[in-house]
Order: sequence, then C-alpha cells, then structure tokens
Amino acid sequence: MTEWIISILLLIGGSFVLIGSIGLVKMPDYFMRLHGPTKATTLGMASLLTAAMVFFSTSQDALSVKEILISIFLLLTAPISAYMMIKSAIHHKLDSIERTQGKDNIEDDV
Amino acid sequence: MLDTVILIVFAMIGLSLLLNVWRLLVGPSVPDRILALDTMYINSIALIILYGMNMGTELYFEAALLIAMLGFVSTVAVCKYLLRGDIIE
Repeated sequence: MTEWIISILLLIGGSFVLIGSIGLVKMPDYFMRLHGPTKATTLGMASLLTAAMVFFSTSQDALSVKEILISIFLLLTAPISAYMMIKSAIHHKLDSIERTQGKDNIEDDV
Repeated sequence: MLDTVILIVFAMIGLSLLLNVWRLLVGPSVPDRILALDTMYINSIALIILYGMNMGTELYFEAALLIAMLGFVSTVAVCKYLLRGDIIE
C-alpha cells in the first residue's frame, strides 16, 4: 500500500519536472518560458520530496522531517528568483511575440 | 515495483536535464541562460533525492539542502549583477 503511494507520488513529481523542462524548451518567448520552471518544476519537487518523506518515514520507523525543510525552502525561494529574473529581463528589454499579454503594465524601470 | 518506478523517474529527470542543457546552449539572451541554470540546480536536487532513495540512506539530504541554498543565492546574485552592474553596492 505504501509502495503504491510512493510510486504514484514519484511518477507525478517526475512528470511535472519533465513538463516544466519541456515548457522551458518549447515556449516562444522569455516571458512565457519563465512559467514552466518556476511553477511546474516547483510543484514536481514538492511531490518528489513528499514521496521521499513517506519512504523514509515507513522504512526507518521514525518520522522524517528533513524533506519538509527542503520543500519549504524551494517553495519560498522560487517566487523570489522568478521575480529577480523577470526584473532583469525587463531591464534588458527582451523581445516578446505579439500575443504576450500584460506588456502594457511594464513601467520604465529605474 | 518501487525500483522500476525510481528508474523511470531517473530517466524522466535526466531527460529534463538534457532539455535544460539545450536551452542553456541555445538560449538567445542572458536571462534565458540564468533560467536554464536555475532549473538545472532544482533538477539536480531531485536526482540526489532519488539516489538517496535508491541507496536507502538519508545521508544525501544535507547535500540537497546545500545545493538549494547556494543555487538560490547564485541566481539572485547574477540577476542583481545584470540589473545594477554590481552585486553589493
């Protein structure tokens, strides 16, 4: 039973990580490319770490909480690094395709 | 069954690392390359955790935590350098 839970969580996590990287390659401009790694990959990592937590908690007969530390750290830092990367992209005035939305909201940065 | 699933997820994450390397080499601008590196360190954390599960040891989680911290700091430092031309003003 626990083996099934761990396997399903691992497969969900691996699929999300793979989908994030496919989005990084396939999307047409930078502002769309940022969505894949910062959202899908972080969710996939949370799922993988939950699988590891279930695995070590059941195999070692004691609750294992180190994985929660890593996943909270990743969930905290992914938005901050995405914010810094989008600020540097706006600063460099990267090209975007026609149908990218929200370009009117970009102010001139200081 | 779990060994087979861990092998499949190893293959998935290896494939996504290859896709990130493609974006790192091709990426037309500097922020694209930073994004590819940021994704690569997160995927390497996933690889380390899977290896720890495969070996059945918890020893590798400290390494994963260290990679998470240093990767975040380096991403922010490079972005700050692109924004201001300086890291610590």
